[in-house]
Amino acid sequence: MKALIIDDSRTMRMIIGRILRELGFEIHEAGNGIEGLDRLREIGQPDITLVDWNMPEMTGFEFLKAVRAQSEYDSMKLMMVTTETEMNQVANALDAGANEYVMKPFTKDVIKEKLSLLGVA
Amino acid sequence: MALSRNDFEYVRELLRTECAIVLEPGKEYLVESRLCPLAQRLGLGTLDALIAKLRREPVNGVHRQVIDAMTTNETLFFRDLHPFETLKKTIVPELLQRRAPARTLRIWCGACSTGQEPYSIALLLRDNFPQLFGWRLQLLATDLCRDVLERARTGRYNQLEMNRGLPASMLVKHFAKVSADQWQLREEVRSMVEFQEMNLARAFPPMPSFDLVFLRNVMIYFDTETKRAILARIRRVLAPDGYLFLGCAETTLNLDDSYETVTLGKTMCYRQKAATAGAQTF
Ligand SMILES: C[S@@+](CC[C@H](N)C(=O)[O-])C[C@H]1O[C@@H](n2cnc3c(N)ncnc32)[C@H](O)[C@@H]1O
Repeated sequence: MKALIIDDSRTMRMIIGRILRELGFEIHEAGNGIEGLDRLREIGQPDITLVDWNMPEMTGFEFLKAVRAQSEYDSMKLMMVTTETEMNQVANALDAGANEYVMKPFTKDVIKEKLSLLGVA
Repeated sequence: MALSRNDFEYVRELLRTECAIVLEPGKEYLVESRLCPLAQRLGLGTLDALIAKLRREPVNGVHRQVIDAMTTNETLFFRDLHPFETLKKTIVPELLQRRAPARTLRIWCGACSTGQEPYSIALLLRDNFPQLFGWRLQLLATDLCRDVLERARTGRYNQLEMNRGLPASMLVKHFAKVSADQWQLREEVRSMVEFQEMNLARAFPPMPSFDLVFLRNVMIYFDTETKRAILARIRRVLAPDGYLFLGCAETTLNLDDSYETVTLGKTMCYRQKAATAGAQTF
C-alpha cells in the first residue's frame, strides 16, 4: 500500500510517515501542493494521500481542487491533516472532495481510526 | 509519596465492593496517579490523608469521587467501526421489520462513559433510518461514574475527542463549534439519548425489554463471578430476539451458555438461545 504525505514541515512528514510505515504503507513525501502533483505523476495512484492545508506555493486546498479536477484521481482517498479547525473549513474541504479530516494535533490512534473509516488499513 | 500496602488494599476493597472493579496487585501506580490529583483538589494534600479520611467516614461523596477517579473512561465515536456497520447493514433493518407492528425500538448502552457510544448509535439511526421517524425510540445510556454522565449530557467534546472515530461529514452536519477547543452535538441528536446513573454490579432497577444492549469494554474490569451475574441480569432485559454487543476482548463463552454467538461479517454479537429466552426465573 502506498501513501503520499504532503506537508511543508519535515518533522510532521516524519511523524505521519512513521505511523503509516508501522501500518505497512510505503511512504512518499512532498513539501507543498505543486510537489504533491509531481509526486502523484511519478508514483501513480496512492491508496491514501494526507494533505496539510497551509503550505507555500500551493496550499492543500488548492491541491485538493486540482486533484479532484482530474478524473483519473476520482477514487483516490484524500485526508486533510491541518491546524485549521473552523467548521466552514472542514465543510469546504469535504465539498472540494476531501474524504476525511484530521485536526492537528493528533495521536497515532487518530490516524489509524480515520484510515479505518476510509477503508484503508 | 508511595502507597502503603494497607492503603492499596483498602482502595482495592472499596472498588471491589462498590462497583466490582478488580484492581490487580501491581496497579499501585494507577491508584497513585489517579488519586493524588484528587487529594490535591480536595485540599487534603497527600494520598495518605485522602485514604485516612475514607477509612474514617462511612461511604459517602468522597468515596464516590475516588471511585469515579479510578474508573477508566476511555472511549471514542464508532469504536471498532465494524459493529456499527453491522448495525446499519443487517441488524437495524432486521429490527425495523420485526418491530414494525409496535413501532418501538429500545436500545441500552450499559457503560456509556462520556457518551460517544450512545451518540454514535443516535447519529447512525438519524442519518440512515428516516423510517424511524414516528417510532418510539428509547436510547438509554447508563454509567456508574457521575462525572462522565455529566459530560455526556452536555454533548461537548474537545479536539482530541472529535478527532477520534467521528466521520468528518458527521462533524459538519451534527456539531457546532462552541469555543476554540470545544464542539457540541446538536440538541436534536442529544435529545435522542437519556443518561442515567446505574451500577452494573448491583441489582438492576426496573427496566423494559431492550432490542439491543451494548455492554462494551466494561466487563474486562470485573471478576468471573460478577461477569456471570451481570450476564444473567442482562438476559432478563434483553428481548428474546434482541442482540447483545460486547467489547472485542469480551465474550459470554464459558460464562453463560444460555447465550449463542451470532457472527455477522467481522462482528460477533450474542443472542439468547431460543430455549432459554424469556424463561429465566430470578
Ligand atoms: C472503557 S469505558 C467503555 C465506554 C464504551 N462502552 C466504549 O466501549 O467505548 C468503561 C466505562 O465503564 C464504567 N463502569 C465501570 N464499572 C462500572 C459499573 N460497576 N457499573 C456501571 N459502569 C461501570 C466506567 O465508569 C467507564 O465509563
